[in-house]
Amino acid sequence: MSRSMQTLALPQVMLAVLRREVALAMRQKGEVLTPLMFFMVVTSLFPLGVGAETHLLLRMAPGILWVSALLAAMLSLQRMFATDYADGSLEQMILSSTPLGLLVLSKALAHFLISGLPLVLIAPVLGLQFGLDARALGLLVLTLLLGTPTLSLIGSIGAALTLGVRGAGVLLSLLILPLYIPVLIFGAGAVEADAAGLGIGGHLSLLAALLVLSLFFSPMATSAALRISVE
Amino acid sequence: MQWNSVSEFLDMGGYALYVWGSFGCTALVAVFEIWQVHAQRSAVLRNLSNELGSNADSTES
Amino acid sequence: MKSTDIHWFKFAAPQNFYFLAGKMWPWFAALATLLTVIGLYISFFVAPVDAQQGQGYRIIFVHVPASQLSMFIYLVMAGWAGFGLAFNTRLSGMMATALAPTGALFAFLSLVTGALWGKPMWGAWWVWDARLTSELILLFLYLGFMALQASIDDPRRADKAGAVLALVGAVNVPIIYFSVKWWNTLHQGASVSMKGSSMASTMLTGMLIMVVAFWMYAIAIILLRVRSIILERERHTDWVKNTVRAEYAVE
Repeated sequence: MSRSMQTLALPQVMLAVLRREVALAMRQKGEVLTPLMFFMVVTSLFPLGVGAETHLLLRMAPGILWVSALLAAMLSLQRMFATDYADGSLEQMILSSTPLGLLVLSKALAHFLISGLPLVLIAPVLGLQFGLDARALGLLVLTLLLGTPTLSLIGSIGAALTLGVRGAGVLLSLLILPLYIPVLIFGAGAVEADAAGLGIGGHLSLLAALLVLSLFFSPMATSAALRISVE
Repeated sequence: MQWNSVSEFLDMGGYALYVWGSFGCTALVAVFEIWQVHAQRSAVLRNLSNELGSNADSTES
Repeated sequence: MKSTDIHWFKFAAPQNFYFLAGKMWPWFAALATLLTVIGLYISFFVAPVDAQQGQGYRIIFVHVPASQLSMFIYLVMAGWAGFGLAFNTRLSGMMATALAPTGALFAFLSLVTGALWGKPMWGAWWVWDARLTSELILLFLYLGFMALQASIDDPRRADKAGAVLALVGAVNVPIIYFSVKWWNTLHQGASVSMKGSSMASTMLTGMLIMVVAFWMYAIAIILLRVRSIILERERHTDWVKNTVRAEYAVE
């Protein structure tokens, strides 16, 4: 008789969404692992493309690793809403009494946990291929850790806008990549600046600022986009 | 007038390619856009009039 | 007061705006032509040679207007989009759609003229100058907007989705510009600009006149384009059907 979902507090609802996303992702392990493998393959492409000269690779490493991670994180964005849209659960979410923005936030954070975090964890191993030292590797992990949630949040806007649209995958990339550029500049820039002996306080604070900004504003834009796509 | 001759004007102090290239590009973009707007209007009118033509025989109020 | 409000809102109806635009665009076209002639005259015959960049600097008389307009049009586009989302007006979405191609073309022109300016000054066809790079990203934002609208069949959904994208883009443009500037100064990149030269007042005047000329041209073009969009989108109304019949009888 009591509708237990309606009596749950907001944090519990958000946690429930988070757990659901992770559970669904675990059932489709392939979908989770492919972006990771993409990350590994793409980073290997660069030395094959530019030559194996260690000094050059060392200089380019932060940029290469960041761009590859960014692209890999972007690959799995579509599944944020597409499957729920297909089976009707997205409409339920929109109609529920929980503010859509908070549900979107949970989904974006889930995307970070499923798709972003693995990239962060494997990045040091790939960084070794480029000759980065321990300090640079640590910094790389830190910047990716700060940056990938932002990528998931900004990406959710693109995923919502392109729901059910022809050629959604590539269109999503075209829409999202320009918005990713500031994160890329500060993320890769921090690792490079540190290697050059410059201070990174600015970079890291700006990365953090971008994260906070996207935490506040992306859910709004994504909710608006979802309502537009589903109506 | 700061140009002593027509050829000096066309030469643009050696920057002819770049200066005339830029202004030429601007002109091209303008011409293209004017054509595009015109072509869009013609296409719309043509399509809509075809639609009207094919609906002429149907019972519409 | 009230009667003036009603008078203006009348033009929010596509039908009324169609005819208003039809009457307005020739004026803007005429202004554009006049100002372009004056601007070009000043650009070539009044503005003096630059001490550092010789005659090559004259590119600014088309490069700067193109850049400024590409950025301003994006803001106007986002403004119309926001207005359309807030008030659910059809015409706002049509205006945003009409603005995008012009903005994109100006961004493209800015890049081309920027490259033509950079080549003699820096020796390369492309320099990762902060402004040029931001301009390139702006072009991507325009193309994204146009691609999104093109891929959505339902016009109202396309309007609203484009609007969200335009607003998100507009918010991001300052962030992107700042980060690119940061990136550029760190890497001590080249700068395609008039830095190091003092601008003679005639140069500034010429530039200003060309900016306004480009503006008048843009308004004329956009008014024309939105007329076609209105006809297309309102095709099921009687006024459009009568207009089409009249146009075809004349043509």
